[in-house]
Amino acid sequence: MPILRVENIHKSFSGVEVLKNINLGIEKGEIHAIVGENGAGKSTLMKIIAGEYEPTEGKLFINDEEKHFASPLDAINSGIALIHQEFSLVPQLTVYENIHLGREPSRRFIGIEFVDKKKMKRETTEVLSKLEALHISSESRIRDLSVADKQLVEIAKALSVNSRILIMDEPTAALTLKETENLFTILKNLKNHGVTIIFISHRLEEIFEIADRVSVLRNGELIGTKNIEKVVMEDVVSMMVGRSLKHRFPEKVKHNIGEVILKVEKASSESFFKNVSFELHKGEILGIAGLVGCGNSQLGEAIFGLRELNGTVKFEGQNLKIKNPTDAIKHGILLVPEDRHTLGLVLQRNIKENHALPNLDFLTKLGFIRSKREKKSVLSTIGYLNTQVRGIGQRVETLSGGNQQKVVLGKWIARSPKILILDEPTRGIDVGAKFEIYKFIYDQAAKGVSIIIISSEIAEILNLSDRVLVMSEGRITGELDPKESTQEDVLSLAVKRKES
Amino acid sequence: MSKTMNSDFIRKYGVIFGLGGIIVFFAIESPQYFFTISNFMLISKQSSINALLAIGQMFVILTAGIDLSVGSMAGLTGAIAAGVTILTGSVFWGFLAGLAVGAGLGAVNGIIVALAKVPAFIATLATMSAIAGITLIYTQGQPIWNLPKEFTFAGQGEIGDIPFPIILMAIVFIIAWIILTFTKYGRHVYAVGGNIRASRAAGIKIKSVLISVYTISGFLAALGGIVLASRLGTAEPTAGTGYELDAIAAVVLGGTSLFGGEGWIVGTIVGAYIIGVLNNGMTIMNISPYYQEVVKGVVILLAVMLTSFGKKFWNE
Repeated sequence: MPILRVENIHKSFSGVEVLKNINLGIEKGEIHAIVGENGAGKSTLMKIIAGEYEPTEGKLFINDEEKHFASPLDAINSGIALIHQEFSLVPQLTVYENIHLGREPSRRFIGIEFVDKKKMKRETTEVLSKLEALHISSESRIRDLSVADKQLVEIAKALSVNSRILIMDEPTAALTLKETENLFTILKNLKNHGVTIIFISHRLEEIFEIADRVSVLRNGELIGTKNIEKVVMEDVVSMMVGRSLKHRFPEKVKHNIGEVILKVEKASSESFFKNVSFELHKGEILGIAGLVGCGNSQLGEAIFGLRELNGTVKFEGQNLKIKNPTDAIKHGILLVPEDRHTLGLVLQRNIKENHALPNLDFLTKLGFIRSKREKKSVLSTIGYLNTQVRGIGQRVETLSGGNQQKVVLGKWIARSPKILILDEPTRGIDVGAKFEIYKFIYDQAAKGVSIIIISSEIAEILNLSDRVLVMSEGRITGELDPKESTQEDVLSLAVKRKES
Repeated sequence: MSKTMNSDFIRKYGVIFGLGGIIVFFAIESPQYFFTISNFMLISKQSSINALLAIGQMFVILTAGIDLSVGSMAGLTGAIAAGVTILTGSVFWGFLAGLAVGAGLGAVNGIIVALAKVPAFIATLATMSAIAGITLIYTQGQPIWNLPKEFTFAGQGEIGDIPFPIILMAIVFIIAWIILTFTKYGRHVYAVGGNIRASRAAGIKIKSVLISVYTISGFLAALGGIVLASRLGTAEPTAGTGYELDAIAAVVLGGTSLFGGEGWIVGTIVGAYIIGVLNNGMTIMNISPYYQEVVKGVVILLAVMLTSFGKKFWNE
């Protein structure tokens, strides 16, 4: 009998189906890995199990008893704890205060309830010793701890409320190799004590190291669940990307690759990346692959002037100092950001205004908007990208992810870019819109635009790029020819760690 | 699909129905005094100062900021306009000095917010207090009176039977409407308030937009302050106290989001009129001023709750 079982789970967000008919059973005391590409629905499924979302349809059973979780609290009371990539700890409070947050034990004194700090500290020490993590003082403030220790506090917090099922969303993404090994020892130990662990990771070799079973999600569907001894990595990869790989990408369009347009030398930015050098040619599609947190996103943002960049950048043979996005836009270096909601769009304004925002320099005369010209520009862009809208006065927050992304792309093509930096251009959008965005990328390259694709979707990078750079821990760890490389080649460079 | 349209509709036009409802109520209660052309002229005149302050305030709120200093700003600039008029004997220099000080101190607000990155609420709370103090120092706590006749034109004069403050309000309203609706600058104001990071990534100069909206607010507060001093015929050392609250109330009643990025300038004017009509109607009905304040508070709360309730209701 599985400890946790979901039946026919469906989930839609504003009409877009992100989970389709998921049936999955998790056995007591197993480490169950969930894998899938970005947007496959892993996080959504986990959030449903943890009570953060309610499924549109379907049932959830704990020990064969049907449960309805209206809130994360319901799930916690049923023994389920979700540990996010972003921790839910209060940085200003101490370890013991965080572990007891919202359920502080109290002691009566002269008729007044006082928080029982002694008990809190004692219980904290107990649970930390279970995790063999006594190097963490119960009185440290969370903000002073390392990422790995914060994670251990999260686990301690979950255990202290008697969680029997621990869901971990990419727990190793921000850990060093040694910290990862330490975490795995702890997880195996917990498993031996009967705790069930659901583990999401992009790093397949980790899954082969720690998991008992693996479930693969693709485009919101559960492709299969396998015993880890019975599969090899290639099987899992092909389950992840699907057999219809050919149909996911449009026909390659021939484009000429010209002289060097951008030359980045020894570029660094804070702790995000260091000593990065590369060249980009005119009309070239350059992929920069890497796992989440490897610094490729920050590299794109720095070239666009959103971050400080130390090092030299040569653009069309000239030294170029980009201080802010205004400079970059002036030179035709344009960024489609990873997170379109925070950097790409003004959600409560309409399509027309969002489209025109960076283009008002040529859509105005003496400060006044030339409405006809503006309308023409929006309409022709919408037509070119096949953006599905009710009208150009529609608020962008009411558009689907794919159409929102097309509005962001449209802003830039209206001003004939020279370099387009596309950071996770197809994140969170449906397959159809993805296909159209791939076609758009080829079309722009054929027009002579140089394109940098930053993505953690390896299949995407390999299929679209003329040349691929791989980053890990803020460094470029290799350059590949996509025609002669496999996903594993990219992955092995992407997980390459600093020798230390 | 139609749901979002409905919520926008309520947010945008609800306030107009609200004003209509209040007018109908007072018209039934007091047809002979309230529902007359001369009384509406009076209401407009009474609302004009608040409307001027509210239009400036709206620019600031659209960028997700707030300007608490407009009341004391109106007080100081009225006093400076009066003082400089007496000093130079010229109304022109008086008014110019008042307006320049308003715009200048507004720019100071903007610089504190945009460059020193002090939250707008705290920054303008501090300048509100400081400016009120400067007014007391400048006037030595005494009203400035004995002003020339030309000075009082701004508040008491008429052009072809229409009181000058109403004409001024109309001109400022039209200019502000044009700026917010048809210009690049207006788009930038909305965009910065809607998503400051995306605006920066679109190449907008965030700091100059922020500084400019506080400058506009300061300038319009000065215009309101001059009209106030001119209408009273004296510049009182404590004039304008509390005016910022009516201005903010008018903007919020008008449907502008305190989180920035959304708002309609017609709503702001209607909001200012709601406050004006309430004051006027309740006075005509002989309601004690003590109770008037309570009623005003309740009406503002109800109106804002209704629009946000309407939004939720339609969205579910």
